[in-house]
Amino acid sequence: MKIRNQSSLPSKYWLLILCFVCILSMGIEFLTGHAGPITFIANYTVIPVEKGISYAGTWMSDVSSNFQTMKDMTKENKKLQKKVDELTTDNTRLRQEQYELDRLKELYKLDENYSDYKKIGAHVIANNGTNWFSDFTIDKGSKDGIKENCNVLAGSGLVGIVTEVGPHYARVRALIDDASNVSAMMLSTSDTCIVQGNLKLASDGRLRFEKLANNDNKIEVGEQVVTSHVSDRYLQGLFIGYVSEVNVDSNNLTRSGYITPAVDYSNIQEVLVITKTKQEMINSHSKKKE
Amino acid sequence: MKRKGITFFIILISFLLQSTVFNKLKFGAVSPNLLIIVTSSFGFMRGRKSGMAVGAISGLFVDVFWGHLIGFHTLIYMVIGYVNGSLERLFYDEDIKLPIILISASELLYGFSTYVFWYMLQGNFAFGEYLSTIIIPELVYTILVTLILYQVILHINRKLESEEQRSASRFV
Repeated sequence: MKIRNQSSLPSKYWLLILCFVCILSMGIEFLTGHAGPITFIANYTVIPVEKGISYAGTWMSDVSSNFQTMKDMTKENKKLQKKVDELTTDNTRLRQEQYELDRLKELYKLDENYSDYKKIGAHVIANNGTNWFSDFTIDKGSKDGIKENCNVLAGSGLVGIVTEVGPHYARVRALIDDASNVSAMMLSTSDTCIVQGNLKLASDGRLRFEKLANNDNKIEVGEQVVTSHVSDRYLQGLFIGYVSEVNVDSNNLTRSGYITPAVDYSNIQEVLVITKTKQEMINSHSKKKE
Repeated sequence: MKRKGITFFIILISFLLQSTVFNKLKFGAVSPNLLIIVTSSFGFMRGRKSGMAVGAISGLFVDVFWGHLIGFHTLIYMVIGYVNGSLERLFYDEDIKLPIILISASELLYGFSTYVFWYMLQGNFAFGEYLSTIIIPELVYTILVTLILYQVILHINRKLESEEQRSASRFV
């Protein structure tokens, strides 16, 4: 065994051959945009293992939280009972308003409700292990209706966009990734801006926005930022975060600043994926018009 | 065969740890790079060919799951494994200084090349920022983890080596 190893190709030729293969594969992917069969194999080998580990982790954290003492529970129960009473009264009031809203909406024939996108839930099964990219893998894929460019939410806010889909997994690029650019707008004024991820800001979980017109509209700290109506990949009106700082740029034409995102990126476990992409929506609209 | 299986198992475990457990144990948004430790230590323990093979497999894992271009990390890890393998002569068991120096150098090489190819070529020249927020913290954290993980790899390697010697002497 040992002797045969030594008589075969010297290691430097192996290095050269493998380097060539790597460069070739990079070239192919760069030119065609497809990764080929390797990701397909991975889908049936490592993805299930990652799923298993992540489920085991969730189970363990569940068990450890079960060790809360009874005392705390009863105390909390009393508190919650009070809250339930409060909320029931609130709820009846809100229901009435909801009926009224429905009626008025019908009157206005608002057939488009932006908050009503069809979503499916998914678990995050693996994060990116390198420190250079901020993306994560979820346990639903094309078999569940996820496509490339689907928008991904966690809680109430936007977290990212699907960049790669396999049959049973999908990769999501987070908003804080260096390569992420989102066309956004201020909720109250509808002025558009560009929200950029930045590797340095990612460490303290902030985003940067740029190219906001320096007009008479006053933007204050705490203003809500949502995805804009002109974006071709992000659906309109998804919540990104709150403005935490705003400055006029030195050119006096634009403003820029920082956003505190609505999502805590350091701890994302479940996400919601909107199964309709913006492109599909645009297409179905133009068909309707014809 | 057994050695190959165990080596592959070590790579797989470090990969899974890096993508699950160490993501929860981040210091300042940075997690350590276990695969560099594995690649580099197999390089200087076992020589060029092993280093290269381990590097290629680790790199392929990174490319398929975390990378954006198949082949990029494979190439870097492979070269790191090969270079470490060339320094096999300098290595002997009890010394911890050389592994730490080599692993740090590999880590720096990895950081620089990622910066150059993914950020500098895209017109992003804020090198100081990347150095202070990612490359250096990652280096420090990786060295800390090295102190533990390297001992484990060393131990496994020793066991395997003594076993191989025993089975070789049986045939003689």
